[in-house]
Amino acid sequence: MSVGGITAMKIRTIGRHLREGRKSVFRNGWMTVSAIGATTTTLLLVGVFLAVMLNLNQFANSIENDIEVRVFIERTADESQVEQLGEDIEAINEVASVEYSSKDEELEGLVDSLGDEGKAFELFDQTNPLNDVFVIDPSSPSAADSIASDVRELEFVDEVDYGEEVVQRIFTFNEYARTIGLVLIIGLIFTAIFLISNTVRITIVARRKEIGIMKLVGATNAFIRWPFFIEGMLLGLLGSIIPVAAVTGGYYYLYYHLRDSINFDFVQLLPFNPFIWQLSGLILAIGVFIGIWGSVMSVRKFLKV
Amino acid sequence: MIEMQGVYKTYPNGVTALNGLDVRIQQGEFVYVVGPSGAGKSTFTKLIFREEKPSKGSIHINDLDLAAMKERRIPKLRRNIGVVYQDFRLLPRLTVYENVAFALEVIEERPAEIKTRVMDVLEQVRLKNKARFIPDELSGGEQQRVSIARAIANRPRILIADEPTGNLDPETSWEIMHILEEINQTGTTILMATHNREVVNRVRKRVIAIEDGVIVRDERRGDYGYED
Repeated sequence: MSVGGITAMKIRTIGRHLREGRKSVFRNGWMTVSAIGATTTTLLLVGVFLAVMLNLNQFANSIENDIEVRVFIERTADESQVEQLGEDIEAINEVASVEYSSKDEELEGLVDSLGDEGKAFELFDQTNPLNDVFVIDPSSPSAADSIASDVRELEFVDEVDYGEEVVQRIFTFNEYARTIGLVLIIGLIFTAIFLISNTVRITIVARRKEIGIMKLVGATNAFIRWPFFIEGMLLGLLGSIIPVAAVTGGYYYLYYHLRDSINFDFVQLLPFNPFIWQLSGLILAIGVFIGIWGSVMSVRKFLKV
Repeated sequence: MIEMQGVYKTYPNGVTALNGLDVRIQQGEFVYVVGPSGAGKSTFTKLIFREEKPSKGSIHINDLDLAAMKERRIPKLRRNIGVVYQDFRLLPRLTVYENVAFALEVIEERPAEIKTRVMDVLEQVRLKNKARFIPDELSGGEQQRVSIARAIANRPRILIADEPTGNLDPETSWEIMHILEEINQTGTTILMATHNREVVNRVRKRVIAIEDGVIVRDERRGDYGYED
């Protein structure tokens, strides 16, 4: 009677569990195929969503971080008044930094940004119609709005501009994309968990007699559970092979070939390496999670007497 | 030692199987449990290896208090109790050898120990020469002997046999009885629920008769006592 080692798992036992789990995957033929198919489909969609979402996120972040609040100073303000305004702006909460840009610098920037067409504006060199400007860098993108309204209250401010419309639109779009993506991903994951748990349940039913005898002679629940745990994990792993390959291939093509033919200048794709490794790791992890959860769910019900 | 005091068992469907049962069985005894179908014999045996929990009352197996025992201690208890059923419950795809070895593998016995132990118990039930057969190739009596071998492989202190001769012809039943007696002689307590009056009357042992969930008779060397 060996009761001492009832909790500690022995090495040869791990081997046995691996063998049993693997056997189960093969023995259940079509059920295994369907569970793997479901996982594959799920993970493919999840992988594509993740790739799109993470890139959108990155895109939105980069735009958000470029947000600046431009304060156009009244042309009638004299030097000391401008200086006072600058100090007042700096005192506003959430203002990270303030930079002064004279109307001449502004014109130069405008001419430069428009290239050849901008040459026409060089005519304004003598009678510059632009305002002097304070460029505010907000401490966070979402603070732009409150900074703008605070600045509007100050004297000698002609106009405040931070591209409200664009910023607002990006915020909402990003929010929507994130929510929809997450809901879809979670829904898909649960479907796959359900399908795997069904497969494992069939395995258990097929082995009911065996399990009954195991319990009768004093096998621990953990011992009985392990092979199913491993079976679920294997199903998850096998289900992630195609998605990982497809997402890697697809992203490679997008990143190295398609990018050149379409003008992607304004969209910065996340670099292939390391992004694809992170994404593959994530897909694998989700696959294993789906498999394990699915199997644990169905075994738990079964082991309760 | 098995000790029950004031044990009641009511199933969730409202059926009362045991109605205040008191019993004490010493280590090494051989006890028949008799009584009409549905009297509570099966429930009585199931309580001992914690297949069922009592609704009320206390059960002690050696120094273990079954009522207070935690779920995760059940395996430890079962490793001390062998169980044999009327329908053998062998795994059809495994050989005789593998069926017995299975019981030792799942409690993580050492492989070297398993080998010698399986051959030992197969010899004890006189099936060493059929180790490579699968259950379907054996007679009913032989299959029951395999299930006995499996039950005692772990050297349990108690062997519970629920109608072990129920599916067997008289001659084979004697064979099984003979083996059970041999096991009993090594100091193992044997608890045998049975309807076999022939066996009970010929091989005299202690008889506990259960009716309507209580013990109505407990005799040191009793007879079957029922008209079939």
